[in-house]
Amino acid sequence: MNLKELYQEIILDHGKNPRNLRKTDNFNKDAKGHNPLCGDKVHVYLKLDENKKVEDISFEGEGCAISMASASIMTDLVKGKDEKDVKEIVSDFLQMIKEKDEIQTNLLKEDEKTKLMCLSGVKQFPMRVKCATLSWHTLTSAIDRSQNEINTENMDL
Amino acid sequence: MNIDNIKKEFPIFNNKVQNNDLVYLDSANSSQKPQLVVDRIYDFYTKEFSNVGRSVHYLAVAATNLYENTRVLVQQYINAKDKNEIVFTKGATEAINLVANTFGQKFLSKGDEILLTELEHHSNYVPWHYLRQSKGVNIRFAEINENGDVTIESIEKNITKKTKIIAITHLSNVTGAILPIKEIIDLAHSKNIPVLIDGCQGAPHLKLDMQELDCDFYAISCHKMYGPTGLGILYAKKKWLEELPPYQGGGGMIREVKKEGITYGDLPNKFEAGTMATAQVIAFGESIKFLNKIGIKNIEKHEKNLTMYGEEVLRKNNSVKLIGNPKNKGSVLSFTLDGVHAHDIATILDEDGVAIRAGHHCCQILHDKLGLSATARASLGVYNVKEDLDKLNESLKKCIKIFNG
Repeated sequence: MNLKELYQEIILDHGKNPRNLRKTDNFNKDAKGHNPLCGDKVHVYLKLDENKKVEDISFEGEGCAISMASASIMTDLVKGKDEKDVKEIVSDFLQMIKEKDEIQTNLLKEDEKTKLMCLSGVKQFPMRVKCATLSWHTLTSAIDRSQNEINTENMDL
Repeated sequence: MNIDNIKKEFPIFNNKVQNNDLVYLDSANSSQKPQLVVDRIYDFYTKEFSNVGRSVHYLAVAATNLYENTRVLVQQYINAKDKNEIVFTKGATEAINLVANTFGQKFLSKGDEILLTELEHHSNYVPWHYLRQSKGVNIRFAEINENGDVTIESIEKNITKKTKIIAITHLSNVTGAILPIKEIIDLAHSKNIPVLIDGCQGAPHLKLDMQELDCDFYAISCHKMYGPTGLGILYAKKKWLEELPPYQGGGGMIREVKKEGITYGDLPNKFEAGTMATAQVIAFGESIKFLNKIGIKNIEKHEKNLTMYGEEVLRKNNSVKLIGNPKNKGSVLSFTLDGVHAHDIATILDEDGVAIRAGHHCCQILHDKLGLSATARASLGVYNVKEDLDKLNESLKKCIKIFNG
């Protein structure tokens, strides 16, 4: 285990000053996520334009540095992307957190990939993986409107 | 057995945890096990194993005697009037479910009220909640005060003509508040209301006397009491056990089974259906002997001193905010740290071998009331020493350094 890998400067920064921590005006999609074991909660708001592009994304919630930073970085990275690409990025991120070593999608720039890779340290802390993935699952749910509330206990990470 | 030197009785402390000496501050969650208890399980399975209460062969008779011997040890430890007032369950959770289910079935109907407190662990709320759905009963919560205490006044205020049972914790697993249960029981009995005490946190740390306390039900978690997992105890007054219907049906709990109908066995068999956690029960006898050897008064004193020391150390740390300041406090130190979420604290402490719990500790009602989504909790047991609390404080300083520079 390596704490320094987990709590990198960028994580601490996003954890303390989360970007897009607010509620989007006139959002047209949203979903709530909850980790019942630790009490972390997140509410993701999306505003898609007529071309299904993310015009705005924001979140409200509370949680640990990992979950806040993850949500913050996520909202930064998917802004401006279209719905299909957002889903690819989410899927790529979730695979990276679970098993793969790197972010592979070409939809992100190198510096954006580096930002996401900062969360890869979570892999060494199995109990904390859910903190990092909660907001991402919630984003998927908002896009799909598949579930009213994401519950980390009912899913494979 | 000297409490100052008790750590050596617990083999877990001989091992390094991720290259660190273990500083175990999570006993409210579950306690570590003395070698005697671990050995007893091994010995039972290797030399003495048989199911209890059924066969007539030598091993079965011996195992039955050992099993029943623990019942007597528990009876004496909590000073119950009769050994048949001790029912083994799979945990304190099952003990409370047993009462909620059978008491609810027999005595509760639409509009009746159950009185809990805001301090309750989910295991002393969820089982009663089922009765809201199945019976249409209402649940009231006696409120905490600013110290995280539930006072007798708060209980009294919430008792109505419809209150049918009061179910309260002995000792809060978050604020550490020790409730005035004797006064509450006396008050309830003056109004003919039975009382269930969730003793998960009380039993491992406080002297128990069921006859003096006069409670109707007392639930115990054995794994928090230096005993094995998978085992709990329901103490219930004999009149209740006689009056309540069985909880689960199966072998061992019957008297006669006919196609036309069934009669149930005597106490406590009526409530012990199926093969019980035999090895755990027998090993728990060693836990009781272990507690007796140290002496509950010595345990109370040791843990009180440590708790006071812990509070003193943490109060000196300006970033720490202790949760609750109850009049009588058990060995639980819940806190928040400025700018650091409880889960991050727990992860950082873990790297130093300091094991604490972070989250809502199965008390969401209380955390909602406190306006906190999560707290960190250090909880103590017989094996803790002052140095453990110093280490906790050192690691907390490291958290602050990582987060606030």
